[in-house]
Amino acid sequence: MSTADTPVKDSGPRGGAGPDERLVHRSLARRLMSRPELGAVVGAAAVFLFFSFAADTFLRASSLSTVLYASSTIGIMAVPVALLMIGGEFDLSAGVMVVSSALVSSMFSYQMTANVWVGVGVSLLVTLAIGVFNGFLLTRTKLPSFIITLGTFFMLTGLNLGFTKLISGTVSTKSIADMEGFDSARALFASHLSVGGVDIQVTILWWIGLVALATWILLRTRAGNWIFAVGGGADAARAVGVPVTRTRIGLYMGVALAAWISGQHLLFSYDAIQSGDGVGNEFLYIIAAAVGGCLMTGGYGSAIGAAVGAFIFGMASKGIVYAQWNPDWYKFFLGAMLLLATLLNAWVRKRAEATK
Amino acid sequence: MARVRRGARAVTALLAAVLTASLAGCSSTGGKRAEEARAAQTAGGKAAVNTPRWTFAMVTHSGDGDTFWDIVQNGARQAADKDNIKFVYGHDKEAQRQSQLVQSYIDQKVDGLIVTLAKPDAMKDVVARAEKAGIPVITVNSGAEVSKAYGALTHVGQDETMAGEAVGEELNKRGRKKALCVLHEQGNVGHEQRCDGTKKTFKGELQKLYVEGTNMPDVQSTIEAKLQSDRDIDSVVTLGAPFAPTAVKAREQAGSDAEIDTFDLNAKVADGLEDGSLGFAVDQQPYLQGYQAVDLLWLYKYNADVLGGGKPVFTGPQVITKKDAAALREYTKRGTR
Repeated sequence: MSTADTPVKDSGPRGGAGPDERLVHRSLARRLMSRPELGAVVGAAAVFLFFSFAADTFLRASSLSTVLYASSTIGIMAVPVALLMIGGEFDLSAGVMVVSSALVSSMFSYQMTANVWVGVGVSLLVTLAIGVFNGFLLTRTKLPSFIITLGTFFMLTGLNLGFTKLISGTVSTKSIADMEGFDSARALFASHLSVGGVDIQVTILWWIGLVALATWILLRTRAGNWIFAVGGGADAARAVGVPVTRTRIGLYMGVALAAWISGQHLLFSYDAIQSGDGVGNEFLYIIAAAVGGCLMTGGYGSAIGAAVGAFIFGMASKGIVYAQWNPDWYKFFLGAMLLLATLLNAWVRKRAEATK
Repeated sequence: MARVRRGARAVTALLAAVLTASLAGCSSTGGKRAEEARAAQTAGGKAAVNTPRWTFAMVTHSGDGDTFWDIVQNGARQAADKDNIKFVYGHDKEAQRQSQLVQSYIDQKVDGLIVTLAKPDAMKDVVARAEKAGIPVITVNSGAEVSKAYGALTHVGQDETMAGEAVGEELNKRGRKKALCVLHEQGNVGHEQRCDGTKKTFKGELQKLYVEGTNMPDVQSTIEAKLQSDRDIDSVVTLGAPFAPTAVKAREQAGSDAEIDTFDLNAKVADGLEDGSLGFAVDQQPYLQGYQAVDLLWLYKYNADVLGGGKPVFTGPQVITKKDAAALREYTKRGTR
């Protein structure tokens, strides 16, 4: 902030040698090749083609809508998780945070006998507060995010169970389906609309909206530059005046916001919530972002890539069912499929970089 | 820093606004007030005997937040109240940690132990150690085959294979041809036994489907995918009550007309049976498993009684259909059925 008299040439991760790359005109194909999601798109196409042949019901519109729904429930969370990873951090509490968010709105509405929209609002505040807590602790203690959010993960898991049991007397919440405001909230978070005879779950729209928003932030705003800069090297970023603390807290709030959306979907879709759910889902989000080309070390990646990663996961997990394979081997197939998609992804990216 | 403080103040103001709004924005339907109106039936219960205050410990293989084990616990606690027993409960889904928990209760010299044998081999040693320490053991829920060999007094539970067979017979009665068995925990022995039991008596074809039980949208979309890929499936059997309403949603999304049936019971399943969205439920009466285990331990301590003559005491299967559902609804709501 104080003395930045030596101009920093390129704080981004793409800093190459030779003439200033910003002045070199590049063709559309070249520019496409350098996008982080390129490999994932090729991987997705491969998985798609594979199941188109392996499962004859896979290509039906109704099947694709199911696959898209499965992808969207992971994809909504994968978007902010990808942004966070570009910013160089992880969030292991993301999976249970979704359930916490749903529990808060359900229990608040129920216990206060309030209109469910009130619970939804309180839940938004509480969930954002958890995000701020993660971000604030991270920037204050300078401990790795792995440790901080692992702590939050355990605390939330315990709180989910403890509070639910304390307040409801059982480990799942009471149904709020007969309460005022439920129908309008369900319309927003868990409805489905018919487009040309095909059922589209509303989560798919939320997902597309979030991807568009995140892409715009990353590529068109100052905050987007900050995210790349912080992930590329926090000290260098701070030296050129990037508000590192605020960027990180903002990123964790982004995860919290998406967790709130997913949580409300969970609540209004199933109207009662199991307090033990959500554990392990955080890895799905990280996997989706990583498969989609976000580097585990930060500074590189895209929201569209994370969406494609979630789509690969959705296709692989449901494609196995459409293909009617022996279910005993389900997890093995799933793992192998993801590994292959990721390897293809890495290979394509290496080729793309070699031709640059 | 000033910015952060301003943010904090804004959040506080917002919170206050929402809290005030919540007082105004009340729901006139459902909610806690409706519950309180119908509550007060579950008596807290006072001790009915003056035997010494023994301590009984229960250790199960339940994961966190499992509705089924909640009902078992409710049963055990109410029996404990009645029998003047101090009841302590521990659970861990990892077999090794479950046996460590049992060991810790042995170290505390409890007066009686109730354990589940979902993973029998891991529990064998520790049950033997309890016997050696003179602590009577009753096994519940799973492990009927090995309970006696390991030295337990008796076993209280449902034979999973038998429960599965009951489902197969009920499906035959309903003229079903192709059924789907939805397992929500891969590698759970009891789940496999349920599906295998169903397969044994069911005259049609039975397929297995594994879903990720802790991820409801995944459960829904996987069942959806299965129903879309195989239009001949005319019945879906879920192995746990929370998954039955999800299967109903999946059926609607997939445009299938398969009947949804389930193992175990809860309030939503009772509702579903009543409104016809579910066919039948097979209940193993978890309340009885907890209640009887505590009561039998008390009887043994007080009078050296052993019920069942060393043979397992069965708590199920009980097939519940539309006509029973109305009567059971209230009990499911208070968490004892």
